[in-house]
Parts: sequence; structure tokens; C-alpha cells
Amino acid sequence: MTNTMDLLINVLVKNGLLTAFAVVGITMWVSYFLSARLTRGHLHGSALAIMLGLLMAYIGGVMTGGKNGVVDFKLLSGVGLMGGAMLRDFAIVSTAYGATLTDMRKCGVGGIVSLFTGVVLSFAVGAAVAMAFGYTDAVSISTIGAGAVTYIVGPITGAAIGASSELIALSIAAGLVKSVLVMVGTPFFAKYIGLDNPRTAMVFGGMMGTTSGVCGALAAVDTKLVPYGAMTSTFYTGLGCLMGPSVLFFATRALVG
Amino acid sequence: MIIYGVALLSICTLLGLLIGDFLGAAIGVKANVGGVGFAMILLLVVSEHLKGTGRFIQPSSQGVAFWTAMYIPIVVAMAAQQNVLGAIKGGPMAIIAGVLATVVCFALIPVIDRIGRSERLLEEQKLAHKSQGETA
Repeated sequence: MTNTMDLLINVLVKNGLLTAFAVVGITMWVSYFLSARLTRGHLHGSALAIMLGLLMAYIGGVMTGGKNGVVDFKLLSGVGLMGGAMLRDFAIVSTAYGATLTDMRKCGVGGIVSLFTGVVLSFAVGAAVAMAFGYTDAVSISTIGAGAVTYIVGPITGAAIGASSELIALSIAAGLVKSVLVMVGTPFFAKYIGLDNPRTAMVFGGMMGTTSGVCGALAAVDTKLVPYGAMTSTFYTGLGCLMGPSVLFFATRALVG
Repeated sequence: MIIYGVALLSICTLLGLLIGDFLGAAIGVKANVGGVGFAMILLLVVSEHLKGTGRFIQPSSQGVAFWTAMYIPIVVAMAAQQNVLGAIKGGPMAIIAGVLATVVCFALIPVIDRIGRSERLLEEQKLAHKSQGETA
């Protein structure tokens, strides 16, 4: 009996990517089933699937103590490849096929304004929270502010201006909270901000910025909007990495002394 | 052939990421700056050109369409490997900073949306006015 189990596990681990396809496929099926039965389609199946994914990631973290959600289970390591940067970027780019250049051009100004507003505003809010919690030095305040931009901008800024590893961990946590919240919350509030057209999707991408959050959220709201939000959000992290350790840090230092 | 579509998508993605890395290195940032964005523009331009000249036929586009359809499952797999525990464990400050930054930016989306829109409307009105003047 144990021998059969070993054989089974061996096959699943050896063919990790295929195991991932199967597991994610079953997750999608369960989500769409629950969406139709329990919420009568009010909560979209893909939104539910993303939440289930996050829940499984949480369980994975608790059970293994690792940082990579379910990927830390040896059996599910293929999920790391399936949802990793390579295939994610590949799939995001493929969505551009359904978009049109004219639509992209139309929303240019709003997109650029939203990028700068989004980065500066997130940083300011994060910095203000850090100050409310009693931080007084420019390095700590800037690192946490940068974390509120995205969980990539936080550590890059922190490392550049010499923050401690605890601070960097905090900034990553702030960015992760943002990413998860954008993914989970957007489908509920999309209609209040008029998120149903390419222009608003581009502004949404520029304001929220966190690529995983934006793309997860738009996938759940309307797949047709993904390329527009992805287009601006892909510049957001770059802009944040550029402004965090420079302009924003200098401004913070000038303010708090 | 389906592989033509997949290959086109791969080439665009790789070139875009390469441009993003170059741009990051050029401005001294340890990150890929807009790589996926450049890749998307490339794919848009190239596929529109090929479709326009009738050289991008149905089977080839299926190679791209498959990956578009795989997008949501891939996002689910991505969600399943986030450090959710780390986000919650970060303590109240990290959570409040993340939540407030998200809520404030989200609430301002309609405002920014309107800025871009009104400018464009003005421009359009100007253009319409101009062309009217010309015809008159």
C-alpha cells in the first residue's frame, strides 16, 4: 500500500507542471460551481478561484513555515512554475492581442497622471502611517512608505538607503497586504468607480500599480480589461524603484530632518 | 500553424523584457522597467500589421488565444504562491499602511479618470471647432 502511495507521489512530483494544471483546473471548477450555486454568479468564479488560491497559500504558509504559499509543499512545487514570472508575463502579453492601439492611445494622459499620483500617494500614505506608529527617522519612514507602493519597491528602496532587515520585512508585508487587498476587494467595488472600460482600467493599473494585484483583480472583473491595466501597472514598479530611493527619500528627509 | 503564434508571442515577450532590463540598467534601477508593457506594444503592432496584410491566419492566432485563455488559471497559480501569512504576520502597522494606501488610491480613481477625460473632451471640441472653421 505504501509502495503504491510512493509511486503515486513520485509521479506527481516528477511531473510537477502537469500536477499544477490538474490542481488549478479542479480549483477553477470548484470555484465556478460555488459561484453559480452559492452566490448565483454575483461573485465571479475567477474572483472566487483567486481567493481560494490565496487561502491555500495561507494554509501552505502555516503548515510549512515557508514564504511561497503552496509551492513549499513538494507535491505542489509545479504551481511555482505555472504561476511564476515567466508564464505570468507570457500570458499577460498574450492578452494584448485582443486590445487595440487606438484604445491605448486614447487613455495616454490619464494613464501617466495616474502613475505619478499612484506612486506618490501610496508612498505618502505609507509614510504617514509609519509616523503615526512612532517612527521619526527618514530611512524607516521612507522604507515603509515605499512598501506601500509595492512589495518590490519597498525592499529595493530600503536596501538602497540602508534600512534594517526588520524594516524591509515590514515594507514587504505592507506591499503584500496591498496586493492581496486589490485582488480580493476590487471585484466588489469595481462598479462604484466605473471600472468597465479600457480608460478606467488604465487609470486603475496606474493608481494601484501592484502587477499581481491589478492583473488578478481585472481577471475577475472583466478579462477584456486586463491588457489596459497591465500596460500601466508594468511601469508602476519601475517608476517606484526610480523615485523611492531618490526624490521621495530626499523629500522625506527634508520634511523630518 | 499554431506554433507561429506561440513563437511570435515568445519573441515579443523576450524582446520586451530585454528592453525593460536595458532601460532599468540605463537609469540605474535594479528592476525591469515596463518590460511587459513594451512586449504588449510590440505584439499589438506586429499582429495588427500581419493581420492587415493578411499574413496572420486563424491557426496562428490560436497559438496566442490559448495563452490568453490560460491567463486566469495562471493568476490563480500565482495567487497560491503569495506570502499571505507574511502579509498578515507583518503586524498592524504593515496592514494599516497597505490597506490605507490601497483605499485612498482606489477612491481617487474616478477623480483621475475624469481629469484625463475632460482634457480629451476639450481637445476633441477644439479639433471639432477647428475643422468646422476650416470647412466654413
